[in-house]
Parts: sequence; C-alpha cells; structure tokens
Amino acid sequence: MSKVIKIRRGLNIPLQGSAEKVLVRLDRAETYGLKPTDFPGLVPKLNVTVGERVKAGTPLFHDKYRPDVVFASPVSGEVLDVRRGERRVILEVVVKADSGDLEYENFGAAPADSLKREEVIAKLLKAGAWPYIRQRPYGIIANPADTPKSIFISCFDTSPLAPDLDFAVQGEEQAFQAGIDALRKLTAGKVHLGLNADFPPANAFAKAKGVEFNYFTGPHPAGNVGIHIHHVDPIAKGEVVWVVNPLDVIIIGRLFLNGIYDTTKVIALVGSEVAKPRYFKLISGAAVSSILAKNIKEDAAVRIISGNVLTGTRVDKLGYLGFYDNMVSVIPEGKKHEFFGWIAPGVNKHSATRAFLSKLIPRKTFRLDTNMHGGHRALVLTNQYEKVLPMDIYPVHLIKAILANDIDRMEQLGIYEVVEEDMALCEYVCASKTEVQAILRKGIETMIKELS
Amino acid sequence: MKALRNYIDKIKPHFQKGGRFGMFHSTFDAFETFLFVPDTVTTKGSHIRDAIDLKRTMSMVIIALMPAMLFGMWNVGYQYTLSIGASWSFWQTFWFGFLKVLPLIVVSYGVGLSIEFAFAQVRGHEVNEGFLVSGLLIPLIMPVDVPLWMLAIAVAFAVVIGKEVFGGTGYNVFNPALLARAFMFFAYPSHMSGDKVWIAGLAKGQGVIDGFSGATPLANAAAYQMDKMPSAYDMFMGFIPGSVGETSTLAILIGASILIITGIGSWKIMVSVFGGGLAAGLLFNAFAVNPYMQIPAWQHLIMGGFAFGAVFMATDPVTASHTEKGKWIYGFLVGFLALLVRVLNPAYPEGMMLAILLMNVFAPLIDFYVVEANIRRRMNRTKKVVNS
Repeated sequence: MSKVIKIRRGLNIPLQGSAEKVLVRLDRAETYGLKPTDFPGLVPKLNVTVGERVKAGTPLFHDKYRPDVVFASPVSGEVLDVRRGERRVILEVVVKADSGDLEYENFGAAPADSLKREEVIAKLLKAGAWPYIRQRPYGIIANPADTPKSIFISCFDTSPLAPDLDFAVQGEEQAFQAGIDALRKLTAGKVHLGLNADFPPANAFAKAKGVEFNYFTGPHPAGNVGIHIHHVDPIAKGEVVWVVNPLDVIIIGRLFLNGIYDTTKVIALVGSEVAKPRYFKLISGAAVSSILAKNIKEDAAVRIISGNVLTGTRVDKLGYLGFYDNMVSVIPEGKKHEFFGWIAPGVNKHSATRAFLSKLIPRKTFRLDTNMHGGHRALVLTNQYEKVLPMDIYPVHLIKAILANDIDRMEQLGIYEVVEEDMALCEYVCASKTEVQAILRKGIETMIKELS
Repeated sequence: MKALRNYIDKIKPHFQKGGRFGMFHSTFDAFETFLFVPDTVTTKGSHIRDAIDLKRTMSMVIIALMPAMLFGMWNVGYQYTLSIGASWSFWQTFWFGFLKVLPLIVVSYGVGLSIEFAFAQVRGHEVNEGFLVSGLLIPLIMPVDVPLWMLAIAVAFAVVIGKEVFGGTGYNVFNPALLARAFMFFAYPSHMSGDKVWIAGLAKGQGVIDGFSGATPLANAAAYQMDKMPSAYDMFMGFIPGSVGETSTLAILIGASILIITGIGSWKIMVSVFGGGLAAGLLFNAFAVNPYMQIPAWQHLIMGGFAFGAVFMATDPVTASHTEKGKWIYGFLVGFLALLVRVLNPAYPEGMMLAILLMNVFAPLIDFYVVEANIRRRMNRTKKVVNS
C-alpha cells in the first residue's frame, strides 16, 4: 500500500438515518427527469418536443455553446413535459418511461483500447455520457477540446450519511475497468483513484488496472475529490484536471462494453425522516417518489434533498434524482421558533464548537433540521472555516476577495482549487450564517466570464 | 411560551415595513430574536447549519467573564474595608461592591446598546450582539470610582468612533472596550491613574485610616517600592487594588478555561501573549539595571491588567490577527510590548491597553504577510508548470 495521506482538519456530522446495507430492486419509476439546473453555467437547447418518442441515449437537449455536448434520456419512452421556470428557463425535461423492456440507442460495443482518443471522446459525446466528466477548476462539464493533466476519481464519500460506494459498485468490476480504460485514453497523465485507508476497498477499486492509488484517512471532506487533487497533484493556473464519480465510471464503462447508455446505479436513501433507510438500484433521473413511497415517517414536514445535506439540491415530492447524485436525504424542516434557544444547554444540537452540552455525549447521533439557528451577521469569528477545510488555502480571505469582486486576488488565493462541496462545511460551521457556497459559485462564474 | 409567541406573532406585522412602527423594525427584531431563535430555514447551500450563532458565542464570553466580575464586586468591597480598617462579613462586602459596580454596568449597556440599536435602525440591519461583550468588558477595566457621566461619554466614543464609523461589529479596527479605556485615560487622566482612584471612596478620604495607600502593585513597582508590593499569592488571587475585573488572575484563568473548552476564544493568542510577556520579563531580568527590571518575569503576568488583557481583550477575533500563524506573532508582540511599556516608560504604569491597541493596528499587516506567503507558494507552483 502506498503512502496514506492523513487529513486532519474537517468535521464529521453524525446524523441519524444512515442506510442499512440492504439492496432494494425497484420497479421502474413512472417518469424520469433530466434537469439542466444540475449543470452550473449550462445554457440548454432542446432537441425534442413534448410527445416525441425517445430511446435511452437519445439526446433531450444540448449545450447552446458547445452543441457536441448532449444530454441523453436515461430511459426509452415519451417526452411528457418540459417544465420551465422564470424567464422560460428549462427546469426539467420529463420522460414517461416504457413499461416493458427499454429500447436503447446502439452506439456500438468496442473496448476503449481499440479506439483512438478522438473516437473515445466522440463516442462519449454522442451517447450523452460526456457530462459525467467534470473539470477542475470551476466544477463544470469538461471541455472536450482540453487535455487534462490527470483524472481523479474519489472512491469513497465522507459526506453526512453518504452511501458506501464499495457496496454500490459490487458486481460492476468489469464495467468499472472498462470505464477506467476509456478515461485513460483521455489524459496524458495518470488516472488517480482516491481510496479510503481505513477500510479494505471493494474489488472494483482495489483490482483496477492502469491507475494510481492514493489512500486517505480523516474526517469529511477527506473523500472529496478536490481535497485529493490538492494533496496529490494540485492545480496551478492554466492547468485542468478532470474528475469523475465512480458510479459514473461504471456508466461510461457500459457504453464501451455493451454499446448502450445504461445509467443504472445504486443509490442510498437516508436521513432521520426515512422509515427504512436503504440502498436502491435504479436508473439515474428516477422520480424520487418511486423510492420515497411509504418510506417517510408520518406527519412530518420534511425536506427532500437529492444529494447530501451539505451540498444537495432541494427537490419536491414529485422531483427527480439529480444527474450526479448517489443519494437522497430526507430531513425535518426547521420552521419553528425556539424559546431562548441561544442559551439552552443544547443536548440535541450539533456544533463544531464545544459550546453545547451535546459534546459531552460520546457517539451521539443527531436529528438535525433545516433551521438556520440564528440570523445573518458580519463575519466575526476566525479560524472556523480553516478548521474544516484541509487545504493550504485561506478560505475567509478567498470569500472576502469574491465579495470584493477582486479577480486577481481570487486567483492568488486559490479559487481554481475549490468548488462548493469543498467549502460546504465552512458554510455549515459559520456562526455568522454566511452563504459560502453561493458566494463561491458567484466567484467561479466571475472567473469563467473574465477569463474566457 | 405559547402565549408569548402568539402575542409576538400578533404584534409583529406592526413592526414590519409599512407597519405602524415599521421604523423600529431592528429593535423589534433584536428583542424577538432574544426571546426566540428565529424560524428561518436554509434556502440555498447547506441544508443544515451548525447550532452556533453570534448570540451563543457572545453569551459564552459573558459566562466566561462572570468569575472575574463576581470576584471584582467582592474585591471592591474588600479593598474598601481595608481602607477604612473595618472587617465585614462576606455578603456585606460583596453587597457593597455589587452596589458600586452595578451602576457602571447599567450605564455601559444602556448607552452602548442605545447607540447600537439606533445605528442598526438607520442601516436597516439586525442588531449585532458584539456589544453584549464590550458592554460588560468596559466596566471591568475601569476604576470603581469613575464618574458615571464620564463612563457614558467613553462608551459613546468607543461605540461610535471605534465601531460604527467602520460599519459595526466585524469591521472595527480597534477593540471597542479598550478604546473606551484609552479615551478615559487620555481625556480624564486624573480619574484613571494615581493611587487614589482604585478603591471606592478613597479619593474623598472619608474614614480612611491614616497612611493608607491605595497604590496598585504596578505603581509600587514603577516607584521602586518593592517592599510595599503585595505577595505573589495576593496578586494571583486578586486581593489587590486595580480596575474592577482585572485583579484576580485566578478568576480570569477560570474564564480562560471556559473560553478554551468551548472553543470560542483562541488559546493560541492567550498562550502567546503570556509567552511574549514572559520573554520580555526574562530579558529584563538578564539586563536588569533597576529594581523593576529585577522582579521575577512570571510576576508580571499576575500584575495589573496583563492576564485580563491576554484572555479577554487580545483574543477579540475581529481586531486580532485573522490567520492562525498570525495569531502567534500577534499575541507574542502584545505580551512583549505590554511589558516594554510597563517597565521602560514611566509615563504609563500599565502597558497592556496600549500594547493591544497598537497590535490591533498591526494585526492586518501580520495577516498580510502570512497570506502573501501562501500566495507565493501557489505562484511557485504555477512557475514550475510554466518551466516544465
């Protein structure tokens, strides 16, 4: 085993409702949705109209500025609806799935090793699998014209209630390796797998060939790919690194193994408001109602989140699983007043500080709600953010540079190395209730605009 | 609680924009959020939030100040009994001090919070909790006999010039509480220094026993009256004259442990301030040319306002260094400079206040160099890319 990188700073939030390792196979959901809002900065252009028949792999929309990048339907069926929001922004393209066997577009099975780099890229683009490849800096869909210096895959997730990816990739060894083979074609550098040093990794990861293993141990965000990049092969100005989620590597692998766009994956349904938190095998983009049915504790006002509680997207009961998300979290809403809550001992409150009695109870798990626990204030405390961001970066100074819209300063302070998920904990711990993730995205958008 | 909540919900519309009392929106909000943690929920970003907020943070500091404040009240009474040669019961002593200190606290909060509320109102902000701590710190670093009108002016100066002109808590350069003291020190020096001001009623001289001196250990030391210095035990426990809350190093250390255990105060600053003081003290010992320079280095740490400043003043997160490396440098220099002023400058018997205020000015500079070093590391990485 190679050197283990110890992550010392960070924070694990012990929430109630982690998923039991039971895999539930579901009937196909009635509808599937693809949300352009899952892709920051994307301007979508529709390829289909309502009522049109599509196969799994048929493009539903594409990127206005890079028409090659298409977003494909995960199932075959009929386009049911295009939901729009303010100023006619496309929010969701909904497909009603066939009830029988799915029809797939055929992209031709061919091992990546037999293809040239351009052919691999063309195939990924055509099948709608390209958006699974994202780039750092900025955390946006990779540019097919770039050559990344390396590709990073984090094979474990340390976020609150995160699914056990070792469990989720069981039986997918072949597809995972096929995906790795395809990715290896894309970079002149290495393909890095980030593994959890504390547990023996699944075979799909441990026996992967042609990759570099890096082991990490420590609290969240130790599993974030951005942290891995920072510690293994940091991004300097002008460099590009690509990242892929391991479950998406499998989807890419199937494209080369079987020639079809098959987005079946194992996700976790978690959270204190879930009656039986478990793993589900489903097709990406499934309506969340298909897994929530009769599985939510009664009479509770709940928030359903596609993704984890720190970075996920809020969806309503009729919403859809996000493109990149491997979990659905359900937590209580916190719309209630608390009498003298700021001085209460706080046995059931979680905090990174030790200002609450709950710190004295070892191994306590929490049922946290969505309350802000205080009003928005100017930044007063220091060393809160630093304690949960294991990077050689001054997060408060970076945030202030973004607020001041100082582009040089943002660049100097390392905006290329972080995306929202890396600084999500900063937002969690902030006593002044600063919207760190929104500010960071604003800074990233400024950088994209100014440097292109 | 339900009834109170219902009542607040009933009158709330009047205090919102367009309501009858819409102009008092911030004031209403301050009282409402004091009674009830607001019911706002997360909308974007992280769906859950840490239970900590500034109210909780500030109340932890206030709790940490309690030992020093309570001891200070008792000590005010105790010093008075010494000056008149009486021997009172514990409660009698405490009650005397309580009645002396309470008006200071009331005036400090009254004046400061009124200004805070007014500014929040005009700006349309929520009222920041920062003054809850400053408002208690100020009476604790004043001589007990300070006239209330002077205190009121000092508080007003500190809040307006020290804080609000910069934009309020979080944007200020100087520690507001120390600014109040500095204002008093330079505007009304006769009420802030000398041997008469530290004990209640001493300046008036009624009933004081002949030959009683109210000099602080610092004044004794500065005058080279080493034989008159109280014992180290007395100085550590706090049975000495001085500002209300600063005398007992023990009570301050209890407060320090509360701050450190809860993770609210920076232990790095506290440790480095004491370290800086000790270093300067040892340096004086090594090159001692007068009796003041000869006193053991560690004794400096329990004299005057050193401990109080190190624990409650230097650690103010807004005015201290913001970077962790910077905090070590900042703290060390605070401690070092405090002793430098104290021992080498006969005009200022206590150097802690000036040392902290001076370092408040330099804290951003320290941060600048720490952050610059970080930027240079990143730039070197880029250079390597370009060269390779």
